[in-house]
Amino acid sequence: MQVQSMHFQARAGEKLADVRLQKNLRRLAEKFVTARAATITEIDFEATRDAAVERRNRAIENLDLWLEIFEQQATARGAKVLYAESAAQASDLVVQIAKEHQVKTVTKSKSMVSEEMALNAALREAGVEPVETDLGEYILQINDNEPPSHIIAPVIHKDKEEISELFSKVHQKPKLTDIPQLTREAREQLRPKFLRSDMGVTGGNFVIAETGSVALVTNEGNEGMCTIMPKVHVVVTGIEKVLPTLEDFATIARLLTRSATGQSISNYISLLTGTRASGETDGPDHLYFVLVDGGRSSLLGGAFQEMLRCIRCGACMNHCPVYQKIGGHAYGWVYPGPMGSVLTPAYAGIEKSLDLPQAATLCGECHVVCPVKIPLPDLLRKLREKQFERHLRPWTERALLGIWAFAAARPALYRTVYGMASVILRLMGGRRHLIRQLPLVKSWSAYRDMPSPRGKTFSQQYASYLARRSANAVTKAGPR
Amino acid sequence: MSAVSALKPGSRVALFVTCLVDLMRPEIGFAAMTLLEHAGCEVVVPPDQTCCGQPAYNSGDRQAAHRLAERVLDQLEGYDYVVIPSGSCGGMIKVHYPDLFSDDPNLKQRMGRLAPRVYELTDFLHSVAGLQQVPGLAQGCVTYHDSCSGLRELGVCEQPRALLKSIPGIEIKEMKQARACCGFGGTFSLKYGDVSSAIVDEKISNIQATGAQAVVLGDLGCMLNIEGRLRRLGDDKTQVLHVAEVLAGHLDQGSSKEPR
Repeated sequence: MQVQSMHFQARAGEKLADVRLQKNLRRLAEKFVTARAATITEIDFEATRDAAVERRNRAIENLDLWLEIFEQQATARGAKVLYAESAAQASDLVVQIAKEHQVKTVTKSKSMVSEEMALNAALREAGVEPVETDLGEYILQINDNEPPSHIIAPVIHKDKEEISELFSKVHQKPKLTDIPQLTREAREQLRPKFLRSDMGVTGGNFVIAETGSVALVTNEGNEGMCTIMPKVHVVVTGIEKVLPTLEDFATIARLLTRSATGQSISNYISLLTGTRASGETDGPDHLYFVLVDGGRSSLLGGAFQEMLRCIRCGACMNHCPVYQKIGGHAYGWVYPGPMGSVLTPAYAGIEKSLDLPQAATLCGECHVVCPVKIPLPDLLRKLREKQFERHLRPWTERALLGIWAFAAARPALYRTVYGMASVILRLMGGRRHLIRQLPLVKSWSAYRDMPSPRGKTFSQQYASYLARRSANAVTKAGPR
Repeated sequence: MSAVSALKPGSRVALFVTCLVDLMRPEIGFAAMTLLEHAGCEVVVPPDQTCCGQPAYNSGDRQAAHRLAERVLDQLEGYDYVVIPSGSCGGMIKVHYPDLFSDDPNLKQRMGRLAPRVYELTDFLHSVAGLQQVPGLAQGCVTYHDSCSGLRELGVCEQPRALLKSIPGIEIKEMKQARACCGFGGTFSLKYGDVSSAIVDEKISNIQATGAQAVVLGDLGCMLNIEGRLRRLGDDKTQVLHVAEVLAGHLDQGSSKEPR
């Protein structure tokens, strides 16, 4: 997928001005945040988090080993395991598989890695029809291939009315307003495509080394239609998504659905293992795993390794004050919110996403809610350090920081500057003690007044306080 | 009123005033002094304080942050306690200095000794000094905004509320999403003024919905952001007060309250 993150600032402004979007984004807090808070109390959340961190670390620290074991086990059960160094390469592999099996229609269940790969575009180019079957992704696909704005709720930015209009336009049917009715209409559209599908493509929430299985966590049942009916099943997922054991998956699953949608468990959890063996009634004839690196291995052993623990629950964006206001599209690539602000520079290039590490208040809530305790604010700060080291910030910012740091290391100078600033600010503040327009910081004054100080600086006042106190002491001790 | 304090008498406390208090709201520094003296501490304001280095640290200028952090460590390590009327500067020193010093064994060791003695003001008054009564005599209904760093880095949440509740005339009415960020975020508020103001608008409507006369909080950044936006929106009524001002009873904003 093309990186559009350089337009962050302009896009964020558009999103803020979009009244309808603002209303739709409120559902995040109302739905997911509240539901998460309720369901995490059902388990010993902290202990489960600790266990999950340990298990994800175990997988990541010996990633090559677990991938090898996974490959052995999956291959032994009839699957083919392919590796792709880049997202584009992964796309080529899937197109090749489709060609090999003379595939005309691909039914897809939700996969963010396939967004990294721009898989739909590649399939279309090769003459294969990709059909998104997750309801949210289906809505986006029929809306001229709009990108998802959230990793688990891809159409969180749209309301029912928008979807109703879209369905009526694309399906050429009367407008429906009832959600179950809309869903039924989508099912009617999808049913024939499921029936003629030659290949199913799914993501993989995890792949399990000890059994060679893929674990899929979904809510709509479309994934079963994609994996059981077609003759070919292709799993595309990141290389970091391996878990050593089923037991590990059981631990993580407890956190994943609670952190994501606030469900104790999702409607479907599938563990799919191997091709259809003789005597079995279902399962694909051909099963492929396309495991994508796409920048992941470059995080191993470095300052950003902890990011690889991510289980893609979306809690960080659901709780992010910035995401809550601008939604996912402004971030400009596949992954939005705090996790996306770390992943986009890492996978798509730090130069192409200069705003993302900066566009965070560092409030820390993402770290607090992350089920695998990724220190997202620290990672964002480390990215800021990288930007600074590589001179990727505007020279004005660098100059101002330099001047400030120079003065801050020289207390006498600092006090003088502060003393002067205090006088100016007090004059500007007038009787209301408020400054409407602060020179040099227009971006502050465009939205807020600046309360002005009401007296000399603390250091000035404290110096006179000390002088008075010692004078008093002298008087008291003086001759009677 | 006599203070009940769990502190060893004559504990020497360094007050780290913070650069924003120094310039923008010096009253808060004196309020903090009043409270610490009330708790039985010998308060010292170490000279030559400037800034904890947080603006440099959060802007990615690790070297500048390191230089300032080293100065602060030199200034503060000789006291029994260091108290800061700000969760954000407190978090910088207590939580992030150890990271800054991680590659220097000597500084790391010195910081390791200092960090446990560094406290945000209300945390110190409540958890260390065990203060049960405060000099403040305010009357009315207030709501408390949890500042991000204080809350999430230092665990400051119940402490200011407990101290405020010890003032008989004060009623605390909790707002919706008290722990949500106000949108300040240091340089974030300058770089992304529009996003920042959209975030603070939500905070403000939650504050106003409580009907409280004042929002009380513990960080200057949030104060300037919330007060600046309130006034811009035409709300001249809702007061924005630092918790130290309320607890110390230094509420006459018209004049600076120096202890005489």
